Amino acid sequence: MSGAIIEVEKVCKSFGGVHANKDVSLSVAEGGITGLIGPNGSGKTTLFNCIVGYHPIDSGSVKFEGRELSRLLVPQIARLGLLRTFQQTRIYGDMDCVDNMLISIPHRKMSFADMFKHNAKADYEQADRLLDFVGLYEKRFLRAGSLSFGQQKLLEFAMALMNEPTVLMLDEPTAGINPTLINGLIDRLRMANSEFGITLFIIEHNMRVIMNMADHIYCLAHGEMLASGNPSEIQNDQRVIDAYLGAH
Amino acid sequence: MNMNKIILYAALLAFSLGAPFMFPNYVASLTLMWLMIIVSLTWDMTGGQMGYNSLGNIFFYGTGMYVAALIGIGMVYNVGQYTSAAGGGIQDFTPTQYFTGLSVGALAAGVFCAFCALLLGYLLFGLRGPYFAIGTLGVAIAAGELVSNWEWAGGGQGISLPVFPYSLEIGKYFFYYLFAVLGIGTFIFLNWLYSTRFGAAVNAIRDDEEKAEAMGIHTLRYKLITWSIAAFIVGMAGAFSGYQLIQFEPIETAYQTINLGLFMVVCVLLGGKGTLWGPVIGAVLFHTFKEVTWTYFLGWQWVGLGVLVVVTVVFFQDGLMGWLKQIRPEWFGLRVEQRIAAAEAAEAKAEAAQ
Repeated sequence: MSGAIIEVEKVCKSFGGVHANKDVSLSVAEGGITGLIGPNGSGKTTLFNCIVGYHPIDSGSVKFEGRELSRLLVPQIARLGLLRTFQQTRIYGDMDCVDNMLISIPHRKMSFADMFKHNAKADYEQADRLLDFVGLYEKRFLRAGSLSFGQQKLLEFAMALMNEPTVLMLDEPTAGINPTLINGLIDRLRMANSEFGITLFIIEHNMRVIMNMADHIYCLAHGEMLASGNPSEIQNDQRVIDAYLGAH
Repeated sequence: MNMNKIILYAALLAFSLGAPFMFPNYVASLTLMWLMIIVSLTWDMTGGQMGYNSLGNIFFYGTGMYVAALIGIGMVYNVGQYTSAAGGGIQDFTPTQYFTGLSVGALAAGVFCAFCALLLGYLLFGLRGPYFAIGTLGVAIAAGELVSNWEWAGGGQGISLPVFPYSLEIGKYFFYYLFAVLGIGTFIFLNWLYSTRFGAAVNAIRDDEEKAEAMGIHTLRYKLITWSIAAFIVGMAGAFSGYQLIQFEPIETAYQTINLGLFMVVCVLLGGKGTLWGPVIGAVLFHTFKEVTWTYFLGWQWVGLGVLVVVTVVFFQDGLMGWLKQIRPEWFGLRVEQRIAAAEAAEAKAEAAQ
């Protein structure tokens, strides 16, 4: 296994009296697929937000490729190549799918003069290719807001790929997607990892999905790290089972 | 661009340039219409395309007016002496002095306003929605009050600028073309800007700024550049206005928040936010409406204006262009799911029939 690309160390974050994250430490291996699970309200999304800079952390450290992130702003972190998708899917609803893709070209690789250029032919081709990859090619000229929720999730995923990130953090990629589409999505996530070489870090509630994909899984409960290990270790961990079933 | 479009644009251009000769009695009014078009187009850059509704763009208009006037005067006279004499006595400017003052002043006004926008934007772009609108309005009102207490710059009396060095008749045409060229230039520039990646990024900020940030777009940089371009153009327009009006004062003319400062917003809402043609059409409609009511229904003009605003806001929230977009999406190259589905069904039917 290669080295860690994201290192989270003893991160604490509280909102008033609520400790959303308490001394959370984890590491995401470069090139792999890492999962993050936990019951509702256990602080998974908060941890994501802490990593990408939405919530300034109270204490601890977050490192990406060895660089400290906790003082950087959201767009600065995104420009390092650490990208996230949202639990409540966020796309530009009034634009068509192609425009959504074209906006997502990697701004971190653009010079000042590039901002005032028209999109290159290669950008259009890449947009079409990725829309085809997620199965939205037929719908590429439709208003993104008119797509179904599942299709919007796929579009958001394609937009993230367009951005050519080093690490992609996905917040519940399969939530709200119908079961037949889920299998297709799993394949595509795997391909993004194996063919495009993107490290994935995934929050997921669907156990079948995450157990199938991840090489390493972390489980949060009540804002604290409960367990970590490979899928079979997690599946057999009594503490994880208790956390999910509500045992005290 | 297809042939029809070229013909349409050529006709519009010819009409714009020929208008003062076709309607010689309305040159001043047509000049004002160009001013409305310019401030509407630039207001829409932030308000329509970027989602930041500024009520303070009039600040750049007033500031541009003052910067150009002070530079134009300062190049020839001592400004303090000139203003304390309120223009009386020492108003002799040779044509060369006049035109150098106007051109250098207008350019400096644009640059200074762009710089102000960078500075103000840095402070104000942290505000969102109505807070940004109120914040920018505050800047414009405060600026008017400050300038009206600045005796060196004429105080509450304002400034009298030199009159046009040739006949007033030529002056009217001169200012018409000055505004028309700035307006047409602005339109062509925006037509290009909105088609670049810059335009797309600005739209992304409007549609979902948080998403744009998460995708690594330099949001603050785009916002600052957009507003400072708008400020540059409005500053130039303000400079031209100052020289056209000859005499202006701070609160009613330069920093006229309740007149031009609001009219530009109404024009854009009327024509359609976030479109290139919306502000132009809105400005023309609004100006025509305003001139007609001011001429034929004097006393009721503000009521008429109020009714217009209410009707726009209640029935045409997306403006004329937005309304057209809804009933004729294909004119805008938009595709709607039902239409495609219907077309596909019709095709399948035709195939089955064969």
